[in-house]
Amino acid sequence: MERFTLKKLIHMISQREISSAELVSIYFQRIKKYDHFLNSFITLNQESAEEQSLIADKKIQAGNYDLLTGIPYASKDIFCTKGIKTTCASKMLENFVPPYDSTVINQIKNSGAILVGKTNMDEFAMGSSNETSYFGPVYNPWDLERSPGGSSGGSAAAVASGIIPIALGTDTGGSIRQPAAFTGITGLKPTYGRCSRYGMIAFASSLDQAGLLALTAEDIAIFLEAMSGFDPLDSTSVEEPVPQYSDSLHNSIAGKTIGLPKEFFNNSLDTESQRILNQGIEIYEKLGAKITEISLPNVGYSVPTYYVVASAECSSNLARYDGIRYGYRDDNTKDLDDLYRTNRQIGFGDEVKRRIMTGTYVLSAGYYDAYYLKAQKVRQLISNDFEEAFKEVDLIIGPTTQSPAFNIGEKIDDPVSMYMNDIYTISSNLAGLPALSHPVGFFDKLPIGMQLIAPHFHEYQLLNFCHLFQQETDFHLQQPQAFLDD
Amino acid sequence: MKWETVIGLEIHVQLACESKIFSSSSTKYGMPQNTQASLVDLGYPGVLPVLNHQAVVMAIKFGLAVDAEIAEKSIFARKNYFYPDLPKGYQISQYELPIVFNGSIEIPINDKSMKTIRITRAHLEEDAGKSIHDKFDNASAIDLNRAGTPLLEIVSEPDLSSSEEASSYMQKIHQLVRYLKISDGNMQEGSFRCDANISLRPLGSNVLGTRAEIKNINSFKFVEKAIEFEVERQKAILDEGESVTQETRLYDSEKNETRSMRSKEEATDYRYFPDPDLLPILVEKDLIKEIKKELPELFDQKVDRYIKQYSIRKVDAVEIAKNIDIAEFFEALIHHFKENYQQAANWLLSELMGYLNKENISITDLTITADASAELLQKIHENVVSTSMAKIILKQLIETNDSVDEIIEAQGLKQISDRGQIEAIVKEVIELFPDQRDQYLSGKEQVLGFLIGQVMKKTSGKANPKMVNQILLEKLKENRRR
Repeated sequence: MERFTLKKLIHMISQREISSAELVSIYFQRIKKYDHFLNSFITLNQESAEEQSLIADKKIQAGNYDLLTGIPYASKDIFCTKGIKTTCASKMLENFVPPYDSTVINQIKNSGAILVGKTNMDEFAMGSSNETSYFGPVYNPWDLERSPGGSSGGSAAAVASGIIPIALGTDTGGSIRQPAAFTGITGLKPTYGRCSRYGMIAFASSLDQAGLLALTAEDIAIFLEAMSGFDPLDSTSVEEPVPQYSDSLHNSIAGKTIGLPKEFFNNSLDTESQRILNQGIEIYEKLGAKITEISLPNVGYSVPTYYVVASAECSSNLARYDGIRYGYRDDNTKDLDDLYRTNRQIGFGDEVKRRIMTGTYVLSAGYYDAYYLKAQKVRQLISNDFEEAFKEVDLIIGPTTQSPAFNIGEKIDDPVSMYMNDIYTISSNLAGLPALSHPVGFFDKLPIGMQLIAPHFHEYQLLNFCHLFQQETDFHLQQPQAFLDD
Repeated sequence: MKWETVIGLEIHVQLACESKIFSSSSTKYGMPQNTQASLVDLGYPGVLPVLNHQAVVMAIKFGLAVDAEIAEKSIFARKNYFYPDLPKGYQISQYELPIVFNGSIEIPINDKSMKTIRITRAHLEEDAGKSIHDKFDNASAIDLNRAGTPLLEIVSEPDLSSSEEASSYMQKIHQLVRYLKISDGNMQEGSFRCDANISLRPLGSNVLGTRAEIKNINSFKFVEKAIEFEVERQKAILDEGESVTQETRLYDSEKNETRSMRSKEEATDYRYFPDPDLLPILVEKDLIKEIKKELPELFDQKVDRYIKQYSIRKVDAVEIAKNIDIAEFFEALIHHFKENYQQAANWLLSELMGYLNKENISITDLTITADASAELLQKIHENVVSTSMAKIILKQLIETNDSVDEIIEAQGLKQISDRGQIEAIVKEVIELFPDQRDQYLSGKEQVLGFLIGQVMKKTSGKANPKMVNQILLEKLKENRRR
């Protein structure tokens, strides 16, 4: 099958080459045909999507439509969708049907795009392999033995295989970029505060950010405009105008400076990945960018800092899941304590419980200063490192991951090794910076990603760099072979 | 051993905001269960709190009124604990950086002197919902209408040394928040309640003893009783040479005793940390200035003004100003009735307050307006109605909503001040009771009362008593001359 870019679909619709109804039907056929190999969807929204496509077609016929009218998309199952199950891939919320739409879902609805379904993910977005999902792991379309990464693994696998053109994800420590890298697609985590968090089920509130997984920077630019901006329902969203990201895609980057943090190009990066990254950097040089080495002295503390901050916040954010107002409720409990204990013991998976316990520990009396407070201080130092660096350079480039996709089962029993997956991605969450991963080459038929990090609210720059790169290369156009058959 | 009592109070004041502190739900009291709880109050997945700015303004008002410092930057923190009426599993409160700190207030003690009580801090937080344990068999119910209601927690230093001082302080704070209009102070509805920290130490010592905290006291009387009980309890322990356990206790007003709720060892570790969903509250100097300008006249200023501007006796000025609702009614009353301010004060304190006390209602429950009251006062002042008639009219005014004139008309309550009419009746009475007349004329002056009574009886009490008195004396004199 042909993987369509969002841009291509928009063109087809506007040229009346295809109707929204046909498009929606094609994608449901693809999902039906391929998703049992991938397990990338938890819930499909077929009936409603078909209805909406008919309405969209009427608008299109009447010439009264927007850029995204009638275009299908998928959402990670962490965004609340009114009347559609939102599980966060947890037994706790297995049957939870939100009575409201998250702001981002609402914005996209208003732009005319049609929600096809909710994608699989690590439980409560805690994981880097999509193996912590209550609904089973997602399989990497490049190699079904391998993990697509996580936590937005369902969105990544669905886009990479071509069963959806674009999908929403969330990124708390790398949950968009790492899966994008593992599945050979483009993923953007915007600046913290760029998109509303209202209705996005919280994992770690000071780090969580909505973003996108798609085939190209151009597709992300189009969609990002629809889902960005200040939301009065989210006090941490920022009142910063939303630029027309598509307008700056073609800007020349000649003379721009790219910083390569020496801390990112060290022993933890495998040599093949290093070689492939260097080739990618050469392309940016060819496009006129100047390359310079920089240092982010405190970035090495990112992983421990992150696991203290994120766990602390999650231990509190997940306290509301008690089974009393919604969520998993065991009927055979004796008293209140037993009710809490049993509902949470059965409702949550191991990784979620591990992080709740870690978070509870680091916030406890006597440990708060040594862990939580110290982590907050280090977080500030990491932020300062980036601020200093951006005085010298326009953009920072590094690897997205240490190596290509690992096998399912390979790391799940070794939490620390799993946590180390996020070594390159976590620092931009800690500093609230926008970051993007795009395909930069292949090793052993597995895609490798390259990460770009920009100053706050410079998403347009990430998309501009990436778009020019994608004009020069075709890594982003390569498809997993197994899904090419018709 | 002589022991000294050391008390600090934490007062929880429900702020008079129309909507909750972090959601747009109404804060109205007494609505059907769970009808005033939005998704935010229910702690649904994905929802976020948004700060109600009105609560911040109210907290600043309080801070300014107690000469406290207002934090340029204060932050919300999460207090984590599990309870079914706490939907999120944490309460949003303020911990390390409260919005108000380092204040103080003067309280009257022993009727004459004043004492300064330091206020450590006042911080904003949300209330929890209510658990109802007695409505269903084998199940507890939860009402989340109250969840998210804005509270100001006012924490005093341990500067209070007796149950009377504690009650006086609590009343002073109550009066202040009512004056500032930041709370309705309704204690039955739980809008104003306190926790008391009590310890004893050897008289003269500077070291604090081990304290017990008594939770959720919701009346001035109970705060005194609970403290008195607790002081005696601790005294008995200490006199035995044993030590007080640090614990949380509950006051049972029916049994008049305090009972242990949980000890320090059982205390929850609340794991406070800054709430990442909310930005710090940044208070600009200009906002403080603006709020300062709009601060209302407070109790002391009001009493002074009543004495100076209206020449009212101090004791009456204090009595009126004690309660802001009464003070406001008084001010409206004398806006319409300017003949005699002291007369207005007297009428308000004896007649109107008498009625309120008898019926056990508050002045805000009255439908009677200040201008109707002023009209009545005017009639008394002009001798159109007698004081005793005025009592009847007031009752009618309150109960029927008719106008003063309508009531006087309908009930024929108008005072007879027509000289000729009264003279005729007096004459008639003197003729009817010649014995009494003679007794009076022979020097038995107390008989005058009897004769006045007869005149009043004949006029159904409507005759102007002053005139009756005067005319009767005149007529009797005439009789003597004969």
